[in-house]
Amino acid sequence: MSSRVQVYIIALLLSAVGIGVALYKAFALGFPLLPGASQSVWTLESRIHFTPSGGPVEVTLALPQPLGYWVVLDEYFTSSGFALSLDEGKDGRMRARWSKDRVKQPATLTYKLQVYRSRGQDSAEPPAAVEPPLLDEGQLDAAQQLLASVRQRSADPVGFTRTLLGVLNHANPQPDVAYLLAEPSRDVRRVAIEVLALAQIPARVISGIYLEDGRRRQQLSTLLEVYDGSHWVQFDPRTGESGLPKNFFVWQRGGVSLLDVVGGRDSHIDFAIMKNSLSTRSVAMMESREESAALIDFSIYALPVEQQSVFKKLLLIPIGALFVVFMRIIVGVRTSGTFMPILIALAFIQTTLLTGLVIFLVVVGAGLWIRFYLSYLNLLLVARVSAVIVVVLAIMVVLSVVSYKLGIDQAMTVTFFPMIILSWTIERMSILWEEEGLREVFIQGGGSLLVAVLTYLVMMSRIAQHLTFNFPELLLVVLGAILVIGQYTGYRLTELYRFRHLQGA
Amino acid sequence: MLLVSPRWLRRKGILGMNRRNVDVISRRNPRSLYPLVDDKLKTKRLAEQYGVAVPVLKGVISYQFEVKSLRKALGLSRQFVIKPAQGSGGKGILVIVDRDKGRYIKSSGSDLSIRDVERHVSNILSGLYSLGGRPDVAMIETLVVFDQHLARFSYEGVPDIRVIIYRGYPVMAMIRCATHVSDGKANLHQGAVGVGLDLASGRSLQAVQNGRPVAVHPDTLESFAGLEVPHWIGILHLAARCFEMTGMGYIGVDIVIDHHRGPLILELNARPGLAIQIANQRGLVHRLEAVDAVCGRHETPEERVEFSRLAFGSDPGSAT
Repeated sequence: MSSRVQVYIIALLLSAVGIGVALYKAFALGFPLLPGASQSVWTLESRIHFTPSGGPVEVTLALPQPLGYWVVLDEYFTSSGFALSLDEGKDGRMRARWSKDRVKQPATLTYKLQVYRSRGQDSAEPPAAVEPPLLDEGQLDAAQQLLASVRQRSADPVGFTRTLLGVLNHANPQPDVAYLLAEPSRDVRRVAIEVLALAQIPARVISGIYLEDGRRRQQLSTLLEVYDGSHWVQFDPRTGESGLPKNFFVWQRGGVSLLDVVGGRDSHIDFAIMKNSLSTRSVAMMESREESAALIDFSIYALPVEQQSVFKKLLLIPIGALFVVFMRIIVGVRTSGTFMPILIALAFIQTTLLTGLVIFLVVVGAGLWIRFYLSYLNLLLVARVSAVIVVVLAIMVVLSVVSYKLGIDQAMTVTFFPMIILSWTIERMSILWEEEGLREVFIQGGGSLLVAVLTYLVMMSRIAQHLTFNFPELLLVVLGAILVIGQYTGYRLTELYRFRHLQGA
Repeated sequence: MLLVSPRWLRRKGILGMNRRNVDVISRRNPRSLYPLVDDKLKTKRLAEQYGVAVPVLKGVISYQFEVKSLRKALGLSRQFVIKPAQGSGGKGILVIVDRDKGRYIKSSGSDLSIRDVERHVSNILSGLYSLGGRPDVAMIETLVVFDQHLARFSYEGVPDIRVIIYRGYPVMAMIRCATHVSDGKANLHQGAVGVGLDLASGRSLQAVQNGRPVAVHPDTLESFAGLEVPHWIGILHLAARCFEMTGMGYIGVDIVIDHHRGPLILELNARPGLAIQIANQRGLVHRLEAVDAVCGRHETPEERVEFSRLAFGSDPGSAT
């Protein structure tokens, strides 16, 4: 059997398997063939810091009970040498417990979770009986007065709460209000709950985090929650606005303690927040993966979200490779280095196209200029390339700092360019310049950039991203296509141009 | 017309890059033999072994510490060539045509100090000009005193003759003439003139610069119609013997004519380019097929050359 026939048979088999599995997934398992709507998935990282006293340490963190709208996709713990256990408390709350016999260094423990907002309704678990507030006589009196005056103006619990918060937050408070708020520990929330308790309205404090992309060192914020007889209604205690803000992730309800550190001091917790977009479908896949088919279980969806996003990029590389093969064999574009265009295209994905192009040209241009000087110094090749690497790094630092000072943040993405690739490109271009002239530099450099830009556009297309990620088995088809192109012996497109002046044309 | 149709190219028998790589090179040139042609030092030793004429090797510099003794190695030679043993595409070849007050005069007329020459050698050793940056050695050779016959067709540099040998048969030939535009280099894509040669007689068929036909040399204004390569039969024999020497089925043999020694092999190329088809205005495919049909019927290089001259040579009267 000739090698050509073998290539066709292998390519055919690969494509058949790839397309077969993809079609099965699409029609039997309901994977969408086309990209659909996307969903914001938030990654919340809570970091617990404390200074140990030297003895055994036990850290307990109440895990979020995101009732209602929020769905947790995944959670991770880092324990840095601590023993970690998860248990359910008497109140039904899950708690993470880190413990260690001896801790000397200040430590940081992290708990990370991924959540998204579903369309679900808040589950209205009815409140327990309202307990009378603990107040001294004067406070009780003032509270009664306040209660009476607010009740005059509103009847239902929601209206009552709004009016109450308005009164409590007033810039020139009434004497009663001023008296109730007199002690530093008695803030608006606490007083509001006391007055609501007197009015027999169930109320409690809820704590959570405002989700904003890229925020770090966020603290817990609190809201007031009031039961109106059928639902819990949330209020911002400072403004009196009702309703749960869309980006408010509820960590806990009621006054249970969030963090307990035994054997340490100065403990505090803060939060870092990141947002990524996943297709609605992927989110659904991740959510329901327990009961799903083995094919899904062994798909990329089985990995944690972080790894998934890595694979999301890696899986695009074969598409880039196929495209480079096409451009070189069928079209006949000359590039400097076979796969340099793919690496540049990957960098473009991080930097965005225009910024990436500008940065690339600036760094390579400046590098070439310095490389010309280096060529006079009579250095050995390895030393010279290494020197270029150092120069490239210096250019990257200078570019970042200067552009940051000028307020051009995009230029900071220069770090996404693989440094070695930039250095080799500079070295190659410089040699090409010396040996073959500037024209060849433009032909090959331009060819590489053109292929890189086109590869970028192909890899960035939503359909390519969707298909490679949801149907990784299509890689077999890509492999088959590469094999078939690999034994194409026809003319390249550029040859139709190259031989155009032949006689008789 | 901006593009020609693939069907027309196929009818003309033009060999494309992909087909050259897959059907010709990878089938006819076993990878294990590549070092014989990629390493010019090996080629030279092999050629000496087979009694094939090559420029005289004056010295080899293999290590960086030897660079310092370069001046001694050069001795009093006024003319010499330094080239990387594994260079490709004519890269890194330094041609010194004279010496003046300790300066080395290049063929282009510019001059270099001994430091510059040492730097060049050092670059060669560190692999600057070799494929993939492999460490290399530098060869010092005698400068070919090129034949005055052909000097009129070249601006600086040596006009070199390229013969394509397919399975031992010469299938196409051209002579490459350097121009001012090509900076004295004989590379067609840099603007040198390629002149297709009639395999029967060594006379010019067609001259092409940058893909377009030209009648006279752009710098010397010499008409290519009068070009006739001397020692033609000897050149073909020399080239055809490279098949026995290397065992490779598809090679480009670069030959220069030395005023004193006659045709000499400058280097061999296991991946000869396709521009020779433009210089000849003819495709290679039909000739390769013709050779495939008769291969094995001719034993000696001389017989194969005879076959090629009859089969592929054109009547001098009808040369275009």
